[in-house]
Amino acid sequence: MSAVIIARHGRTPAERFKDAAWVAFVALLLGIPMVGLTTVDEGGALTVQTRFGMLGIFVGVSFAGRFVFRWIMDQVRGRRAAKPAVAKLDRTPLAIKTIGWAVLGASIALPIMFSENRYVIDTATTVLIYVMLGWGLNVVVGLAGLLDLGYVAFYAVGAYTYALLFSHFGWTFWEALPVAGAMAATFGILLGYPILRLRGDYLAIVTLGFGEIIRVILVNWTELSNGPNGIGSIPRPTLLGLPFERNPAEGTQSFASFFGLDFSGMHRIIFLYYLILVLALLTNVFVSRLRKLPVGRAWEALREDEIACKAMGMNVTNVKLSAFAIGAMLGGFAGVFFAARQGFISPESFTFTESATILAIVVLGGMGSQLGVVLAALVLVLLPELGRNFSEYRMLMFGTAMVLIMVWKPSGLLASREPTIRLNKALAMDNKAAGLGGQA
Amino acid sequence: MSTATLLSVENLTMRFGGLTAIDDLSVSVPAGKITAIIGPNGAGKTTFFNCLTGFYKPTTGSVRLVHPKKGEMRLETMTGHRVARDAQVVRTFQNIRLFPKMTVLENLIVAQHNFLQEASRFSIAGIFRLPAYRKAEAEALRTAAHWLERLGLTDIADVAAGDLPYGTQRRIEIARALCVDPVLLCLDEPAAGLNPRESAELNILLLSLCREEGIAILLIEHDMSVVMKVSDHICVLNYGRKIAEGTPEQIRNDPQVIKAYLGEDDENEPATVMGGNA
Repeated sequence: MSAVIIARHGRTPAERFKDAAWVAFVALLLGIPMVGLTTVDEGGALTVQTRFGMLGIFVGVSFAGRFVFRWIMDQVRGRRAAKPAVAKLDRTPLAIKTIGWAVLGASIALPIMFSENRYVIDTATTVLIYVMLGWGLNVVVGLAGLLDLGYVAFYAVGAYTYALLFSHFGWTFWEALPVAGAMAATFGILLGYPILRLRGDYLAIVTLGFGEIIRVILVNWTELSNGPNGIGSIPRPTLLGLPFERNPAEGTQSFASFFGLDFSGMHRIIFLYYLILVLALLTNVFVSRLRKLPVGRAWEALREDEIACKAMGMNVTNVKLSAFAIGAMLGGFAGVFFAARQGFISPESFTFTESATILAIVVLGGMGSQLGVVLAALVLVLLPELGRNFSEYRMLMFGTAMVLIMVWKPSGLLASREPTIRLNKALAMDNKAAGLGGQA
Repeated sequence: MSTATLLSVENLTMRFGGLTAIDDLSVSVPAGKITAIIGPNGAGKTTFFNCLTGFYKPTTGSVRLVHPKKGEMRLETMTGHRVARDAQVVRTFQNIRLFPKMTVLENLIVAQHNFLQEASRFSIAGIFRLPAYRKAEAEALRTAAHWLERLGLTDIADVAAGDLPYGTQRRIEIARALCVDPVLLCLDEPAAGLNPRESAELNILLLSLCREEGIAILLIEHDMSVVMKVSDHICVLNYGRKIAEGTPEQIRNDPQVIKAYLGEDDENEPATVMGGNA
């Protein structure tokens, strides 16, 4: 009985007081050198002065903060414990769906609300590139459970394929997009073959090496890639053949002249934003659909138990290669967009840090969760941007936030897994289809 | 008809470096019956299973399957997944190997991967949800629902398999293997960790699978209350060799078997290889 009361109402005030007193004591010990003592420059000589007033405030704030924090935590915990677990299970997918639609609505409305603010839309475009990359890598890491530290290689392959196709053959964005995707998928399979037998740490190291190989080739094979100088003046994508230019070539129309608008540089920025939004959404629909197909279920089964997959008669080689190929293809698409948006690419854009960021997005978001990737991409791209005001503390803040998130949610922001099929729902649909068939 | 041989293993030997895990073993498994492989720990039973199901490539010897539809097949030349896919010889594992984060139903649907994958036409028919694929999916669902019902798993179909009790996980693993549509079902210690009531239910299940569905079952088991009650035929292994073979009655009274299990006082044979009821 008493256990129930504790679970409902948390700890007693006396316990909370004791806990806060301990924290205050630790704060005091730490605070004496850090807050209580300070050095002052007095006429060239450095002297130590005490700041007991400050120390007192520091300890007091620690005490009060801890007390309130505990109280809130206990309230939250009590409320959670009081709720029946079943209701929570049923509610989660609905909540996720609601958040998902809200995020989608916000992202469609964003350029309308900030139509004059180039910085906001540019940053949002960057977020969306990472969202798309995250969704692509999610296939390999989140669904198939193959730890890939060299994902940026496929991003680079996509970007360079477009850049080279343009500079040698004058291909446009839309022509190059499918070819670059296919090219990246080919590289995905090329990487996949030698590492079929590897798992976990070993796999991670080899993929890391693969990412570096691609980058080093791009730096050194000057005849192909123009080396560290990169490839410039890559054309921007057009809208059904309408370029976003102030002065279109003789006899052609630009977006602004076709629609009878005054030319504005923002048109292109907003168009790029919507383009990546559409690409990312297509990626999402594609991956969500695949997840509910045999191939997607096989990826997840592979993540869960490779030996059991074999015992079920599954060709594990094909399953792995398809995961690598699909993941790489999506990365390649994102790369084409990146090249078109920047107008200039060089190997410097495809360093290991990029791979690490994309992987962090997938892990932080919760492996396999589509919405989690969006939230994590927002956090990982926006935090450094917001932190610009804090100049040199920026990366410190960033690191702290990541550690805090991982402590708070060890399996990622959204770790719950939605089943790909439910018995009752599926049977009901089946019966309905059979009924309709009978009537017709 | 009932004496037809489904699987015949001839002169099978499996060596790991200097260790001979299976030594010149010949066994035949009749169609539509339950055959048990018993023996003390380390006798080579699981190694034998691994050789049958393509996880190990035997050093020498042959494993011939007379498939009711596809004719004779040589299992020792087939690798990994092909034994389950083409020969429909499906196994379960001593330490349960489910897909723990996937639901029970998903586990059973994944087992029908090859059927569904073919219907999805490289996922293209699946992506656009064409009628042919939807029909195949409905059929897979019916198969899964049938086995869920049969093994009493319908109520927990949408629960993650890893969250369920041990005894239930054993049943899920058998249900999943059945979804592959096996001609020979190889069960590696299906009663391990089950309580007496669950063991009794397992007996009923195994007998009905064999008698009603005509699935031949090959069973590794330590639990004699299961082995003696359900087996039509028992084969006893010790140190990788077959030491006895026959009906439960014959095996129970075989001096060689008693010696292998209990040891003998007047010989130097150590009694440390006693079969534990793990």
